[in-house]
Amino acid sequence: MSITGVTATLSSADARSAHRNDQPARVVNDFSIQVATVNGSGSQTANNVLMRAIFQMGVPVSGKNLFPSNIAGLPTWFTIRASAAGYIGRKKETDFLVAMNPETGVEDVEKLDAGAAVVYDEPLNLSRVRSDVTFYSVPFDKLTVPVCPEARLRKLVRNMVYDGVVAHLLGIDLEEMRKALYKQFGPRKVKAAELNWNAVQAGKRWAEENLTKQDPYWIERLGTSGRQLIIDGNSALALGCVFAGVTVLTWYPITPSSSLAEALINYLARFREDPETGKATFAVVQAEDELAAVGMAIGAGWAGARAMTATSGPGISLMAEFVGLAYYADIPVVIVDVQRAGPSTGLPTRTAQGDTLKNVVLSHGDTRHPVLFPSSPEECFTFAGLAFDLAERYQTPVFINTDLDLGMNNWVTDPFPYPEEPIRRGKVLTAEDLERLGGFARYRDVDGDGVGWRTLPGTPHPAAAYFTRGSGHNDKAQYSEREDDYVNNLDRLARKLEALRGDVPPPEIQLAPGAAIGFVCYGTSRYAAEESRDQLAREYGVAASYLRLKAYPFTSELERFLEAHERVYVIDQNRDAQLLGLMRLDLPVPLLGRLRSVRHYTGLPVDARSVTNQIVQQEGL
Amino acid sequence: MSAAAAPPRKTNRLGLEVISYKGGKTTLCAGCGHNAITERLIEAFWEMGVAPWKVIKLSGIGCSSKTPAYFLGLSHGFNSVHGRAAAVATGAILANHQLQCIVVSGDGDTASIGLGNFMHMLRRNVPLVYVIENNGVYGLTKGQFSATADVGSRQKNGIVNEMPPIDCCLAAIEMGATFVARSFSGDKKQLSAILKASIGHHGLAVIDVISPCTTFNDHEGSTKSYSYMREHEEPLHDLHFVPFFEDISVDYEEGTLREVVMHDGSRLRLRKLDRDYDPTDRMHAVAALHEFETTGEVLTGILYVDKTRESFTQSLGLVDAPLATLPQDRVRPPREALEQAMEELR
Repeated sequence: MSITGVTATLSSADARSAHRNDQPARVVNDFSIQVATVNGSGSQTANNVLMRAIFQMGVPVSGKNLFPSNIAGLPTWFTIRASAAGYIGRKKETDFLVAMNPETGVEDVEKLDAGAAVVYDEPLNLSRVRSDVTFYSVPFDKLTVPVCPEARLRKLVRNMVYDGVVAHLLGIDLEEMRKALYKQFGPRKVKAAELNWNAVQAGKRWAEENLTKQDPYWIERLGTSGRQLIIDGNSALALGCVFAGVTVLTWYPITPSSSLAEALINYLARFREDPETGKATFAVVQAEDELAAVGMAIGAGWAGARAMTATSGPGISLMAEFVGLAYYADIPVVIVDVQRAGPSTGLPTRTAQGDTLKNVVLSHGDTRHPVLFPSSPEECFTFAGLAFDLAERYQTPVFINTDLDLGMNNWVTDPFPYPEEPIRRGKVLTAEDLERLGGFARYRDVDGDGVGWRTLPGTPHPAAAYFTRGSGHNDKAQYSEREDDYVNNLDRLARKLEALRGDVPPPEIQLAPGAAIGFVCYGTSRYAAEESRDQLAREYGVAASYLRLKAYPFTSELERFLEAHERVYVIDQNRDAQLLGLMRLDLPVPLLGRLRSVRHYTGLPVDARSVTNQIVQQEGL
Repeated sequence: MSAAAAPPRKTNRLGLEVISYKGGKTTLCAGCGHNAITERLIEAFWEMGVAPWKVIKLSGIGCSSKTPAYFLGLSHGFNSVHGRAAAVATGAILANHQLQCIVVSGDGDTASIGLGNFMHMLRRNVPLVYVIENNGVYGLTKGQFSATADVGSRQKNGIVNEMPPIDCCLAAIEMGATFVARSFSGDKKQLSAILKASIGHHGLAVIDVISPCTTFNDHEGSTKSYSYMREHEEPLHDLHFVPFFEDISVDYEEGTLREVVMHDGSRLRLRKLDRDYDPTDRMHAVAALHEFETTGEVLTGILYVDKTRESFTQSLGLVDAPLATLPQDRVRPPREALEQAMEELR
């Protein structure tokens, strides 16, 4: 991560202290905007337009939607972070607030640090709350009426007015905002786009004539967005599945994974119909529950399809029995877990890494499953292909653990690389192979990697069939309750995991010369970890190395990283330090004393300041 | 009426002997109704000349679910998890819709733990044959009632069932199965005709077979015992099956026979007994089952056939080749497709 650009301007914290001394300094491309609205008011479009306009000005930007489990009426917050330095994790502090929600307005203002700025809806009268922040009162209703004659649309259109006001106050290029708006509405909704564009302009005009800039925050062009694009992780993963050749998707709706299945269905309909016949090269079933969803995927995987399901924590719980069967019966299946916080009625619209431990050991008896940890849209795309290859190569369930933060938020990314490698379907014997070999033993470990050769149902040969069962079986797939057969089977399955170590993506490592401490992170924690590392260096002069895991099982790099550092901080977005727990299970005992834990489990994405604070405290800095 | 039945042959139309359709030795109790059903399945697939390697056989958990190991040893088999063979079989059919699929389940498997999966398989009309080996008790866990036990039925230890049974055939007709039959494991001729007809049906065939458990539910007071069934079986019609590859003409008295032509061209001849029963009439089927709920008689035969409804794989509009083995160029879109998807997001 580059931190060039930060030195060119003051950070927002510096600016706030400057503000207190009545010497407002410009804070350029390094602050966060929070928009507080009511769920169902259509603010998502306005927020995406705002984010996209900043993106088009070449400024690194991220957007995070904090929304309730509700169709309409409850409060929602959208946070946009601009960071010339490229920090795109959540920022703990809000610098610039757009307060549209009467219910949360006072509390939202009270939470701000001194020196922040607030645009608010005039009737909320928020300027009475405190005197150490900058207020801009805007009569949104009065501005909306003239541009939107149709009363029922005003609730939606008034959000676009704040885009115009904010564009003026922050110096966002209005032409970029226009482009962003028309992009957002698409070619089929030009009329709606025009209506909303008028609202943006009304906000902009009114702000020009009535507001005097008093806060220090500015967006300045850094270039253009070039070939970059904006996508959410769920759509990225769905695209990855399309290009990985998925043939069967069976799923059950659950937040935050539903949009993954829906994106996949849309992409499949567009890109995977047979060009000659118009027929589908895929099958999708919305199942009756998660039990059936994974059961169908396992049946399809057994019969040779590239099969998958997508779910979240509670769905995984329901799938536990079936996953055990697939493990013991050597059946490939890909399970995407877009993790969320807590139980069925917990915080379904908040993020967590709560299924790290569970997915590795899911089900009955001795089980260990490979789990991939994508951290970005590009990894969502590439790991999808990898997951199918691993599932078929190793004939076993493979999990992809993403989370709500990655899956449902919009991210800026480079375009995804077209998969150049051929699809790998694993060890499958054809009728010709059987003719040559005369037969086969389904679970015999002929290659020493724990993976036997399989045949697909429908293979036209009398020697093709075998009988699949979870219960005890010998290497010819015959029913057996013999002790040695059971032990041999379990040991063979353990060899699979050993072989997998050489095939899962190795961690990303950045060593700081002479560093006594290191970070271990995975998935979306990387953004807070990368930024916290820079905070420690900048603010405390402490160098820290960095290792980001991309998969379980662990590879040898992790052990060497622990050997090279006195204390290693493992960042988990869960209460019980689940990744650290796994490391305790798998790593040599002499290294375990080096492990320290950093945990974040508020339901919001982990932020750098929280990580830094926990490390500072434990290091006694 | 006389059907010129072909004499038993050593090989079927594929040139295979019946041994090619047998499986491992049964480990169920002597006299178990399930073993008789296994025998009928072997005969049915052999006589119909289905290539064993084109068949998949799946099951859940329970005594009945062990039986796929005892027939069609040259077919891929899958003994899956309790109650959920319907889901696994649905997935397998999606992967390869050219396969002939048979699921063997039990009454606990289907009507209790797997009821949700069963109902949704019915809604989808998944093209497979679903045989319920129904004995009213859990055998492997030693004789607890299942959800198909009749009111007033008595367990060996004296406990009497007070809960109304789930009628899987009624559910099947109501929820969308397109071939529904009930039979008795001891009724060799009827069961054989039903199974062969179901093989020629392109849709979901649900066959509920009363199959007495000699160990836990064959005593006096049971309504699923051999003696009870012999006294209370009420066949709807006398069944004759004529496979599509045989041309057999029959003489029959006007008005005494109905003929159902299966999707594969096979013909099922229903000779009238006490009543004129039209198995293509859904309301008629439902009414007949309700009528017999209170009499204690068990109505058997072809209850319902619907040849018009699309099967699940037809409604999905799948390519003709199995999805499982489509080559890479048919499942990975070209480079331009990815570039198009990327451009839309810029």
